[in-house]
Amino acid sequence: MTAINSKLSTGKKDVSLFLQKLWEPFSVSPMLGWLIGVLIAVLLEYTVGLYVARMLGLPKIPVLFGVLIMLETPILFPSAVLYVLIIFIIPIALIARFTAPLTNTLAGKLIDVQPWLAVLVHLGLFYAALHLWAEINDYRVLVVRLTLISIILTLSLNVVNGYMGEFSCSHPGFMALGAYGASVFTLFLFVDDRTFGEALLPAQLGFLMFPLGLVFGGAIAALGALIIAIPSFRTRGDYLAIISLAFMFIVKSLIENLEFVGGPRGLGGQPDWANLPTVFAWTVICIWVTNNFVKSTFGKALNAVRDDEVAADAMTVNTRQTKMVAFLFAAFWAGVAGGLFAHVLRYVNPGSFGLQKLAEILAMLYFGGLNSVVGSIVGAVSFNLVSEALRPLEILKWIIIPVIFILVMIFRPTGLIAFTELNVINIIRPKNKAAVPQNVEVSQ
Amino acid sequence: MEFFLQNVVNALQWGSFYALIALGYSMVYGVLLLFNFAHGDIFMVGAYVGFFVATGLLLLVSSLGLVSMPGWVVLVLVILVAMFITAFVGVAVERIGYRPLRQAPRASAAITGLMIGIIFETGNLALLGARRLSFPELIETTTYTIGGVTVTNKRIMIVAVSLLLMFALHQFVQRTKWGMAMRAMAYDFAVVPLMGVPLNSIAALTFGLGSALAAAAGILFGVAYPVLSPYMGIVVGWKAFVAAILGGRGSILGAALAGFLLGFIEIFVATIFPSTLRDLIAFSIILLILVFRPHGFFGEAHTSRLRL
Repeated sequence: MTAINSKLSTGKKDVSLFLQKLWEPFSVSPMLGWLIGVLIAVLLEYTVGLYVARMLGLPKIPVLFGVLIMLETPILFPSAVLYVLIIFIIPIALIARFTAPLTNTLAGKLIDVQPWLAVLVHLGLFYAALHLWAEINDYRVLVVRLTLISIILTLSLNVVNGYMGEFSCSHPGFMALGAYGASVFTLFLFVDDRTFGEALLPAQLGFLMFPLGLVFGGAIAALGALIIAIPSFRTRGDYLAIISLAFMFIVKSLIENLEFVGGPRGLGGQPDWANLPTVFAWTVICIWVTNNFVKSTFGKALNAVRDDEVAADAMTVNTRQTKMVAFLFAAFWAGVAGGLFAHVLRYVNPGSFGLQKLAEILAMLYFGGLNSVVGSIVGAVSFNLVSEALRPLEILKWIIIPVIFILVMIFRPTGLIAFTELNVINIIRPKNKAAVPQNVEVSQ
Repeated sequence: MEFFLQNVVNALQWGSFYALIALGYSMVYGVLLLFNFAHGDIFMVGAYVGFFVATGLLLLVSSLGLVSMPGWVVLVLVILVAMFITAFVGVAVERIGYRPLRQAPRASAAITGLMIGIIFETGNLALLGARRLSFPELIETTTYTIGGVTVTNKRIMIVAVSLLLMFALHQFVQRTKWGMAMRAMAYDFAVVPLMGVPLNSIAALTFGLGSALAAAAGILFGVAYPVLSPYMGIVVGWKAFVAAILGGRGSILGAALAGFLLGFIEIFVATIFPSTLRDLIAFSIILLILVFRPHGFFGEAHTSRLRL
């Protein structure tokens, strides 16, 4: 038994050693190099992707890195792998490795000039790559937008369930309030619509006012949160879980009974304003604001309340106010996510904000990891990608995904990446030894 | 008055489903301080197990050419066998989804519970397809009219069986050694295992008992509303969860009472107001009750957070 065990563990060690060896030449590449590599790979796909795909015998450009093709027609498996290698992996690896000296100096200079400039340059490169990648077909655009919205949702729930340590179930409710609030705002003001009559303002103005609509939706969600927050935060324990669950049912039922927003039939015809740049910008703003929120003294107070409320109270933390503000903050972002969701799908009905949505958001959050901005992003992205990639399996998909989640929960009970801080400068700093940052004291 | 009494009868039937399911939530919460979010789907599994046992039994009886058993004997047999089988489903859920996570944050176990529930739903859909099965008619409906109130024998049977099961559970928890161990565990989760009470066995027993009750609820549901679907457990399950909390966490009497109360609220709201307003008003009332009684009817305040 022990012999087998030791053999197994040496096998494991061999694999990790091999991976380490493989990674070693790339450890000097900074984020800038990787992003440039990705951008060029995406450009490659944009220009010659179809040609390469045809040459390899694929009917069209693989939509999600060939995973869908592999599951639908397994015979094309080698071609799909080859395609991904030729278009993505090899160019990215080569560029990241061989431009490393150049990009390291560049990244160092950028951070030296202005840290925020460096961040903006990285974001710009990332967005360019994402945009070009998504441009190839409509399916990708939709998946990317929904994934970004999931990030906002997961992150905002993490503030309550992770940083504050309560168990809230009301996020679908907040999302519904935000979705309907923002939809009514845009439909009422800017669109000639059957339910709300003629537009009050010219439609050209609408796109500029769209952020206002989202904030309006978020504010309505926060108002709803206040209804939960006032009674809930008197006591601790699982009280919030049940109140928020009841709230979710109430919101869904309320919308089903409001005839002027369509009742159970739903509300459609939202203008197509939530395009990729808009959703991306809102996601970046949400990550930035949330990251600063949880890193601030306020966020630390929130953690203190979670770990020991009595002690936090003794240390002059106003516990009730802290919890209320955090809860309203989370609800606001859930509302914004709902508004974006409504304008991406251009149709909402109360049925989409039910228990299924709740299970989805909770799964993304606990899969990624509590108390961690990176964890939420990883959780949301991986959940969305896995659930899109397994789409060809149809019904089996909903057996495989839960099994994956149960395994993750058993072997990593706190999720993949829990209790870590997102340090942007650390991610984008140059990776060669000469340019170790000299105490760059900027939080993003 | 007749109208009122008629609705009382309806509400008693509707509430007994909630009460039976809520008991399972409440017992698990009492012992482990965890919510078993797969419980609603165990209710569904119980109904399906009951369906297969009933069909199998009817086939067996007819093929052996025995003297046809009276319907109520078959029903009692079906309920007992299905409760027994579903109890093992519950034990399996505990073993796979909850025991490995005993030291983990509580929310992780909630997620595994949710996921096991999804596996049950999809597994059912994958195995049996999207067609809806209809529960075999085991006893013939007889309608009695007492003072203008119509009561069917099924209704009386459902309420009687539920009350009987609740009484049996109460006796078990109060009178037996295992029941005493459960109560002790609910009183102090940390110290009682040190006194030599096997935590794992008690947890498995709790899941098993709760699942058996859910199975009984599932079969009774099948008798009253004979159409079974893979997703029948979701909404009923979550509402029973709300009832369990309303009764006071870990309180058996509270869960039973709150289950019946929820049934009463839903039935009366649906008769007085348009039925689309049912959830809205029912949950608003629950929210109000919880605002004034944060720990439910019979719950005790947890002064500090116990595990997270």
